Amino acid sequence: MPQSADKVLDHAKLFHEPEYKEMLDNKRAKYENAAPAPQVTEILDWTKSWDYREKNLARTALTINPAKACQPLGAVFAAAGYEGTMSFVHGSQGCVAYYRSHLSRHFKEPASAVSSSMTEDAAVFGGLVNMVDGLANTYALYSPKMIAVSTTCMAEVIGDDLNSFILQAKEKESVPADFDVPFAHTPAFVGSHVDGYDNMQKGILGHFWKDAKRKENTSINIIPGFDGFAVGNIRELNRMLGEMGVKATILSDVSDVYDTPSDGEFRMYDGGTKLEDAKKAVNAKATISMQEYCTKKTLALCAEVGQETAAFHYPMGIQGTDELLMKISELTGKPIPDSLTLERGRLVDAMADSQSHLHGKTYAIYGDPDFVYAMARFVMETGGEPTHCLATNGTKAWAKKMQALLDSSPFGANCQVWAGKDLWHLRSILATEPTDMLIGNSYGKYLERDLGIPLIRLTFPIFDRHHHHRFPTWGYQGGLTVLVKLLDTIFDKLDSDTGTLGETDMSFDLTR
Amino acid sequence: MAKDIPDPIAPEKLIEEVLSAYPAKAAKKRARHLGVAQPAAEGDTEIVSKCDTVKSNVKSVPGVMTIRGCAYAGSKGVVWGPVKDMVHISHGPVGCGHYSWSQRRNYYTGTTGVDSFVTMQFTTDFQEKDIVFGGDKKLEKTIDEINELFPLAKAVSVQSECPIGLIGDDIEAVARKKKTEIGKTIVPVRCEGFRGVSQSLGHHIANDAIRDWVLEGEGSDYEVSPYDVNIIGDYNIGGDAWSSRILLEEIGLNVVGSWSGDATLAEMENAPKAKLNLIHCYRSMNYICRHMEEKHGVPWMEYNFFGPSQIAASLRAIAAKFDETIQANAEAVIAKYQPLVDEILAKYKPRLEGKSVMLYVGGLRPRHVATAYHDLGMEIVGTGYEFAHGDDYKRTGEHIKEGTLIYDDVTGYELEKFIETMRPDLVGSGIKEKYPTQKMGIPFRQMHSWDYSGPYHGYDGFAIFARDMDLAINNPVWGMFDAPWKKSA
Repeated sequence: MPQSADKVLDHAKLFHEPEYKEMLDNKRAKYENAAPAPQVTEILDWTKSWDYREKNLARTALTINPAKACQPLGAVFAAAGYEGTMSFVHGSQGCVAYYRSHLSRHFKEPASAVSSSMTEDAAVFGGLVNMVDGLANTYALYSPKMIAVSTTCMAEVIGDDLNSFILQAKEKESVPADFDVPFAHTPAFVGSHVDGYDNMQKGILGHFWKDAKRKENTSINIIPGFDGFAVGNIRELNRMLGEMGVKATILSDVSDVYDTPSDGEFRMYDGGTKLEDAKKAVNAKATISMQEYCTKKTLALCAEVGQETAAFHYPMGIQGTDELLMKISELTGKPIPDSLTLERGRLVDAMADSQSHLHGKTYAIYGDPDFVYAMARFVMETGGEPTHCLATNGTKAWAKKMQALLDSSPFGANCQVWAGKDLWHLRSILATEPTDMLIGNSYGKYLERDLGIPLIRLTFPIFDRHHHHRFPTWGYQGGLTVLVKLLDTIFDKLDSDTGTLGETDMSFDLTR
Repeated sequence: MAKDIPDPIAPEKLIEEVLSAYPAKAAKKRARHLGVAQPAAEGDTEIVSKCDTVKSNVKSVPGVMTIRGCAYAGSKGVVWGPVKDMVHISHGPVGCGHYSWSQRRNYYTGTTGVDSFVTMQFTTDFQEKDIVFGGDKKLEKTIDEINELFPLAKAVSVQSECPIGLIGDDIEAVARKKKTEIGKTIVPVRCEGFRGVSQSLGHHIANDAIRDWVLEGEGSDYEVSPYDVNIIGDYNIGGDAWSSRILLEEIGLNVVGSWSGDATLAEMENAPKAKLNLIHCYRSMNYICRHMEEKHGVPWMEYNFFGPSQIAASLRAIAAKFDETIQANAEAVIAKYQPLVDEILAKYKPRLEGKSVMLYVGGLRPRHVATAYHDLGMEIVGTGYEFAHGDDYKRTGEHIKEGTLIYDDVTGYELEKFIETMRPDLVGSGIKEKYPTQKMGIPFRQMHSWDYSGPYHGYDGFAIFARDMDLAINNPVWGMFDAPWKKSA
């Protein structure tokens, strides 16, 4: 009997004990009708071949392990960044359970949102009653300052009209007539979570700015975009703005709501962009987007009201941060202070100290379009070579932009860009053309297991490592975090490759 | 703890207070779902009727933050997803498959991507044109591509997402056509998320799909014996079905089918040949047991492998269905594990005795784990189900004490207020409930996923269960919530 109270074995050890191994072998041999082991090995080897890769890349209907989620997730995330805001997702209720779970598993934080719980009768008659009752209940129970409405694909397929439904709900006094209920249609069958983020931002700002008489002032707005590292990144952004003496309005600031303290009180809402500030943001001179692919429609709205706009691709590393700071400086007239120049120098110093280990290392990078762009750029700054850049939710236009970036550096010469491909494609690609490292999210652990390529978790979602998102990846300080993650992976790999006593440990160096 | 323990409040009063926050229409609806376990009615000899007054399995109230999921979650996420040598297509837009990808911890053995596929996400990733023109052609092509890239996949299931039923696709026709063409079992499942009121209808639909599209299959080639049983309704979360199976084998039974944790298509097909169906999660799989009873003459019985008292009682009850050898084996197995049980109780009971627990979970756990807590000397002060039916509540009475707070399809608001007011020593619920509870300074264990631990079934599992409850409650972090320079109010 393997188990004891003295040393409790859980799943990680228990099933490797002989009793269980024998039991599972017996199950497989007798009842599973399993394929014989040699056949499994043969197919396994074939899945890593060029022949398989060709067939795999020729898929036109089936998607396997896509690195993207659906629109409403982005909408819920965007809405969470506004003061006291409850997301109300109109449609089937299971979806909302999924978004909440997904966000909680990443942030290790509460994630609140409600559903209008539409069922079969609503599919036939429409979800008006669900909206009317639902808004009233949400308003009464959760005392939000704003309710942001988005949609699941069910409501989109049957064609529910949010604008009309919300107006009717207000007529029926579900919420006060002047209560803020911005909305966005967020069909899951169009785009991905980054588009949902965009649509909800546009919905919220459009709602506040609709009848505003714009009186331009000198302030600027910054839209962070969908970002799993938002907690660390928005705080770092604010710190840098503070160093510059710039007052900016962060439009959708989730840094507090996804990082509440443990002190005995559950805060359903915390921090966030003040609704008053969101209203006033129309008067800003300019709006900067930290992630162009998260904000296309929103920036168009900003331009429409007369603001200057600028869009970045998740500014990370030296040049990304340089460009962001120079743009902020240009827009506000505030010089970049010595303190930030010093931080820049320190990051460059760290990169110089470690360059021999970084130079020529090859990377596969996947994630959302803006992240992949930024990551590839930073890798090239370290002398590394992005070799495969993949975004399941990347478009042809993104691929073109990526190519232009890669063409700008000799370190990008060997890179292939994979727009619209998934992580099963990536498995074939890396099985045939491996890289030294893989940069992505937790889902990459299956590629790491299958192909032995070390995974660096640097983008949403990260379920199986804790608290990384509390540290920034933006700015020069964030650059250090990213740099150290790359280096730790390189050194860990080197140590494990040279770490077998008496066999490979001749180069198990103390100093590297 | 950051907050002082409030005066105890009568559960009836608490329910009244909670309901007062709702608009009238919703308050009236929610009142039917909240109650307190009462003594059995006069003349009623069955204690089990205690909490049958709860009206369950009805629509959730909009906008209240129900914790429930949908039919797709019940079918793909619960029943079908664990069947390891099949490819399960999340048919529709990308999200449903994405959020449910690898989250249930349905353990399995096998080579993922070659002969097993549980922790992969297969989807038709619907685009606007698929909604407009229909997705049947795309589904056909998808099945062809699966067949080419995964030759060892034994079968394919089509897990419908919301749009499928709304746009009028005929996935059954596609399934029949493809089955003829490629010679593999193709299972269309109409588990669109808007069907029914929770995961529960998804379980039922998934069961019906097994009945209609799987059970006539050939199964595997094994020697049939009078000791053949199936484990039904164990999804092998963290290895639960394995720490159960080992006990059943030890008493001399052969588990020919494991439904559906670590299952293969053949094991599902084997099932009707067995002598007895042993059902753990009654809620999600009673339908197929009833079917096998009627159609194939396989009797079924419920059992409970949480905690030593119920494990022993279950082993005896199971053995009673067989001959004296098996009965003697069962006694021997119970005796064999008794020293382990004694050790576990000696170590953990003093640390847990008298602690109060609130539960809010799904299928069977709100009642089944109650007794495991009792074994550790802990007390259940509140429990409830996400998606139970009347028969679940009937089965709950015998496991809980009078005065226990009962909540059906609880809302975020209600649960927070209940926890905040009653301040139990431990809450067992899901990921969505975990962090709000912990912020209040109350220890928490996820009781869907075993909080990334497990198994909890069987004797081996009980040791882990006891350890986990201890580490949750007795961790020093709960004593650090108050900054020393802040005076407690």
